[in-house]
Order: sequence, then structure tokens, then C-alpha cells
Amino acid sequence: MLGDAYILFQIAGIGIVVAMIHTVLKQMGKEDIAHWATLVGFILVLFIVMNGLQDLFQQIKSVFLFQG
Amino acid sequence: MEIFQIVSFALVASLLVIILKDQKSSIAFFIILFTGIVIFLVLIQQIAQVFTLLEYIAQRANVNGMYVETILKIIGIAYIAEFGAQITRDAGLGSIASKIELAGKVLILVLAVPILTAVIETILGFIPA
Repeated sequence: MLGDAYILFQIAGIGIVVAMIHTVLKQMGKEDIAHWATLVGFILVLFIVMNGLQDLFQQIKSVFLFQG
Repeated sequence: MEIFQIVSFALVASLLVIILKDQKSSIAFFIILFTGIVIFLVLIQQIAQVFTLLEYIAQRANVNGMYVETILKIIGIAYIAEFGAQITRDAGLGSIASKIELAGKVLILVLAVPILTAVIETILGFIPA
């Protein structure tokens, strides 16, 4: 449970940092780089959550006898 | 007691969602999704114990294994469809949520077909032809 709390705070941290980077880059006038940074942050979080989803579906397959 | 961990985890996650809601709603949605996944992963062990008890009872009552397996699959499909529908409804997409629920119902119905045929045949067996 604790490990998952770490991951949860990682995701939130990435979200906040990406939001800040986006606003800072926008003020500097580098609009496109800001969008790239947002995209990279989004993909990073996507990987983390998809790993969790894969674990969930694997567990469900084993418990609910979906092997048939 | 695991309930305390689960509730505190969910409260922290909902606070983080509120923080991230206005700036970065996509990451907020990811947090909602991740919380649902984690809470279910914690529960899956207890559910597995309940299911082994169910199978043991079914064996002692020598119920046909196929029926119990189908029931477990139906429960699994129901849970996954409800999980997906709630998450998409949280994201604000009611229409997709109802599509997911429709798919869940259809798949459960398909799984229940052999059981329904067995019931109908036994009933027909009672009626003296």
C-alpha cells in the first residue's frame, strides 16, 4: 500500500511540475517547447498508470478464471 | 486493518485530484484511474479467498464445475464493466460509460446461454410429453 502511495505522489508531482514548466515556458515565449514538455509528462504518467492497469487485468484474469 | 489504509489512500488521492483539476485535468484523471486500480489490487486477495471458499462449497455439494466457473466469470465481467463505466463517467463521458455497460450486459448474457439452455431442458424434462 505504501509503495502505491509513493507512485501516487510521483504522478501528482509530475503533473504539478509539468504544469509549472508549461506556464514558465509560455511566459518565455517558447510556446511549442511548452507543449512538448506537457506531452512528455503526459506520456510518462501514461506508462506508470498502464503498468498498474496491466497488473490489475492480470490479477483479474487469474482470480476470475478467465483462462477459458 | 486494511480499511484504514484504503480510506486514507483514497482521501489523499482525491485531494491530489482537486489540486490538479484546474491546471492539468488529464493528470487528475490519471490519478483517479490509478486510485481505482490500487484499491482493487488490495482487495483482489480477499476476493480470491472468498472464491476458493465458494469453489470448495460447490465441490462438496457436487455442483457441476462449469456452472461455478461461469458464475465467477460473470462476476468478473460485471466488475470490470462497472469499473470502466464509473471511470469514464468520472471523466465526464456518460455516453461511453453506457456503451461499456451495454457491452458488459451483452457479454454476460452470452456467457449465461449454456446455463439457460440447461435450465430449459430440465424444465421440459418435467413436462410429460
